[in-house]
Amino acid sequence: MNHLPLIIKREYLTKVKNKSFIVMTILSPLIMIALISVVAYLSQLNNDTVRTITVLDESGFAKGVFENTDKTKYNVLENMSLSDAKVLAKESSSIGLLHIDRVENIQTISNHGKFYSEESPSLSLISDLESKLEKKLTNVMLLENGVDLQMINDSKIRVNIAQESFAGEKTSKIDSVMKLAFGGAAGYLLFMFIIIYGNMIMRSVIEEKTSRIIEVIISSVKPIQLMLGKIIGTSLAGITQFVIWLVIGGILLSVVSIIFGINIQTPQQEMMEKAMANPELSMQVQDLINAFFHLPLANLITAFILFFIGGYLLYSSLYAAIGAAVDNETDTQQFMFPIIMPLILAVYIGFFTVIEDPHGTVSTVFSFIPFTSPVVMLMRIPFGVPIWQQLVSLFILIATFMFTVWFAAKIYRVGILMYGKKPTYKELIKWIKY
Amino acid sequence: MSNLLEVNQVSKNFGDFKALNNVSISVPKGSIFGLLGPNGAGKTTLIRIINQITMPDVGTVHLDGNLLNANHIKDIGYLPEERGLYKSMKVGEQALYLAQLKGLSKTEAKERLKYWFERLEIGDWWNKKIQELSKGMAQKIQFVVTVLHQPKLLIFDEPFSGFDPINANLIKDEILHLRDQGATVIFSTHRMESVEELCDDIALIHKSNKILDGKLVDIKRQYKINTFEVGINSTDKEALKAELSQKFDVSLANFKTLEDELKLNIKLNAGDKPNDLLNFLTSKGDVSHFVELIPSVNDIFIQTVKNN
Repeated sequence: MNHLPLIIKREYLTKVKNKSFIVMTILSPLIMIALISVVAYLSQLNNDTVRTITVLDESGFAKGVFENTDKTKYNVLENMSLSDAKVLAKESSSIGLLHIDRVENIQTISNHGKFYSEESPSLSLISDLESKLEKKLTNVMLLENGVDLQMINDSKIRVNIAQESFAGEKTSKIDSVMKLAFGGAAGYLLFMFIIIYGNMIMRSVIEEKTSRIIEVIISSVKPIQLMLGKIIGTSLAGITQFVIWLVIGGILLSVVSIIFGINIQTPQQEMMEKAMANPELSMQVQDLINAFFHLPLANLITAFILFFIGGYLLYSSLYAAIGAAVDNETDTQQFMFPIIMPLILAVYIGFFTVIEDPHGTVSTVFSFIPFTSPVVMLMRIPFGVPIWQQLVSLFILIATFMFTVWFAAKIYRVGILMYGKKPTYKELIKWIKY
Repeated sequence: MSNLLEVNQVSKNFGDFKALNNVSISVPKGSIFGLLGPNGAGKTTLIRIINQITMPDVGTVHLDGNLLNANHIKDIGYLPEERGLYKSMKVGEQALYLAQLKGLSKTEAKERLKYWFERLEIGDWWNKKIQELSKGMAQKIQFVVTVLHQPKLLIFDEPFSGFDPINANLIKDEILHLRDQGATVIFSTHRMESVEELCDDIALIHKSNKILDGKLVDIKRQYKINTFEVGINSTDKEALKAELSQKFDVSLANFKTLEDELKLNIKLNAGDKPNDLLNFLTSKGDVSHFVELIPSVNDIFIQTVKNN
């Protein structure tokens, strides 16, 4: 008798009707949005304040360097002693005093600037001041040495190397960014999904063990059916939760951005608006849209679905086996480590090596190893991976997945009826022979 | 009477540990069969093999003449010793789910559940969660779930644990009722008085081996020690005791009566009939008590296990 649909239905319904599941489903996006809003609001607050910097230039070389902008006002002092300037800067609301000492000529100025302040200033503030001074003083020097500034400006040449594959497909830098974004998102999504719902499966197996209902159930169904039913049912609940999160998140995000007028626009929109005013940017937006369509979309979507399912089943069967092997959640730690390790490794390889060189040896090898291949391959595919490589990797993944399900089912079958002591790895191996 | 269940030379190893060694049992149709044995003897392993939870290494199991297969799942109802239900699931939903796993349709399961819930007077628990019920209440639900699909073979592992005497009696009556309706019952317990009361046949498993089986009455006959419990009154008890000791194998007995008579266990001499002993006793004094000592299942259990 095939009870799989019945088991899936029960697992799904108990998960979905569970109070904490419902609360998490609704609350998580609220919390996320609240967090994003707060951060956005705060950074906006920060940006809105106008800061004042007091400048005392005794050398006279820095004339005209400091011009007021929207966010920074310069209070340039003249004919004042340093101590007076300090008092003034302190009493006024300025964040600090930039003092340039008297020097003979421009070359010796480098060590004669000093910034006085109550609190230590941000790195960007100092480097901003430095670059302003450097630029101005360099120009002064160039002029002094008889160089025509206009000529320098006219001689500047911009180079934009266009990319094209041997097959004649045009790509660009924006393409690469787009690829990274898609690959990264896909890989990371899989990673998160495995961790969250793998744990959920494990807990549900442990629950059946501790409530001792397991023996009644497996006198009616085969353990492997129960295990698969659990994995599929929990995954469906997970997908439901993810979709609800996306919908609620999307709605809230737009509502919040309308109410607070906070600028949480997507980069595309922002660029689109700027593009209206700037013809060069308009080109870039065009590039961006092109880049999206340059992605191997059909391949990406198919591969995403296949690798996602394969990778998820691979790991979740191991989670189920762990759940079956132990009596309570605290005992799971020792077995969790070897599962989490390859996952984290995969994400690191994805975000460091694949970005660096999507077709290098490391990336290629790890996109074949089944425990890392789902994440790494998903990140590589936007950069164009030969179909044969994808097929081989998928084949290895499926073969491994069948092996782990078999392995997990063995552990599961024996483990669910074992109570009392935490098993060792050696005992787990022994169970397979039962 | 034919046998519903035939377990034939079944062995099972877990690694180096031998859980069952060449065990065979036959359970007659329509009987109550007691599966006895000390803790860790291998009873649960045998029961799990019958339930197809584990597979035997060697040996066969036949149910109703057919080699055990997946279709037999609906023919067996199993109440494990380690039992439990989903704590956060509602009673009704849960019973329906478990019944459907045994192959009942939803409507059929609902109807039968209604019947049983009314019969055991637990109808108003339908929408309660298991965690709100007491242990005994949950046991009742579990019992209903076990018998709901009207299996040919019912396996109860310690069915009375967790029940108060009233409910234990209720469940006992239900088991007898099911037997009368044609079900065959395998009954595993350490409570020997209930074995005495319910079982027609028994098998005793000790250290992975079956060491005794058969009809309960036959086994008792086999273990009879031809000894009688005797109460007798006489003017000189010491003299009487000395006299009897010369003729018979005698030991002091301990039972409660109203009189202060001489209480003895007397073993029949070889070839003697009970009446010979009784006639002899009546010639010596007033016999107030004369009962044959029949070994209890408890005695047989302890004696057999110790001898092995």
